[in-house]
Amino acid sequence: MRIFELFLLIGLIVCALSVSFTKKLLTSIIIYMSYSSIMAIIWVILQSPDLAVTEAAVGAGVTSILFFVTLKKIRAIQEERQEKERDDEEGGK
Amino acid sequence: MSRLRKDYETSRFRRFEKWVDGEAAPPEFRMETKAPLKRIPPEELSGPRLNEEKINAEVYDERHNKELKIFQVVNKFASVALCVTLIGVLLWTVIYLPEFGNPDNPTNNEVAARYIEKGVEETGATNFVTGMILDYRAFDTFGESCVLFIAATCVQVLMRLDNSDDRKKMKKKQAEENDRIYEPKNDLILQKVSCVLVPLLFIFGIYIILNGHLSPGGGFSGGAIIGSGLILYLNAFGFKKTERFFTEKTFRRITLAALTFYCLAKSYSFFTGANHLESGIPLGTPGAILSSGLILPLNICVGLVVACTMYAFYTLFRKGGM
Repeated sequence: MRIFELFLLIGLIVCALSVSFTKKLLTSIIIYMSYSSIMAIIWVILQSPDLAVTEAAVGAGVTSILFFVTLKKIRAIQEERQEKERDDEEGGK
Repeated sequence: MSRLRKDYETSRFRRFEKWVDGEAAPPEFRMETKAPLKRIPPEELSGPRLNEEKINAEVYDERHNKELKIFQVVNKFASVALCVTLIGVLLWTVIYLPEFGNPDNPTNNEVAARYIEKGVEETGATNFVTGMILDYRAFDTFGESCVLFIAATCVQVLMRLDNSDDRKKMKKKQAEENDRIYEPKNDLILQKVSCVLVPLLFIFGIYIILNGHLSPGGGFSGGAIIGSGLILYLNAFGFKKTERFFTEKTFRRITLAALTFYCLAKSYSFFTGANHLESGIPLGTPGAILSSGLILPLNICVGLVVACTMYAFYTLFRKGGM
């Protein structure tokens, strides 16, 4: 159990660091989702299942959906794709 | 009939009113605006204009501007240093905190003991956390739900596109059309998966809300689960299907009814509690589903408000309305 806990905590730190170091916004949101899921398991281990349910539903679910929609609204996802397409075209030529 | 002052047109209030209405703003309220930088073709440049253009080009040339480069490097190092200092200060504070799980910690005082010893007896809820949130500390929870309501109002103010006039109607229509222009419509995999998942999500959410006083969970988490189920359904089947049972009118009615009931019920119990009166609400046997007085209906109210708010946030972000 002790090893499992340590493993989860290290995963938490790795997730938190990689959120800020990833270049793509979409990837960082997905990493943030995994951070919330790990946090939910840690809440269960700390004997607060109430918080675990809320963290899983709000942190991993609704918040990241709202982040996705916001990225779409400010055209951050689309532009990434367009840039990639442009790069592909240039590479093809 | 009220008499207008002679200098009404030039009075401060009138000018403020004009500024609010968006009429030609008086000079002292006018915001300072910069003229946009114009690109002038180089042939037309001569004398002082050329100089100005040269300076502009030098300033905005990011590759060869030495000061900008230095600033960027310094900025990077300064932000890292600031982060490290903040983390260091916080960790330094953690050293002085009492040990985790120590029985002599200041958190283990008579308040927690009272909650654990008499909580079931006084609130009738076997889940201490819900008993605390919705009974002992109901006033805090009331403030929290007000915060949620204010947040929902702010999002509406920012994102809502109303169709009161023709131009705005066009805008709203455009937003609806642009909504999923880059996405596949009626994705078969998503529809089949959501056919299985959405009922499960709804039932799980309702279970969590109704068992809030017996098992882990409660209004907020159950409401969030129902809300995410609604969002999944909307993504799979589109706005036409959800509008059959969930429109802006439904949202308004449910939210208003739930918040009003919460307010009235809690005011009643605050009133009786503060005056040491009998509230007359039976607590029932702890452990049964119909027990613990007001906690069950309050949980249902909170769940409804949260589910509606989550869904409303999503639709407002998507197309600026429900």
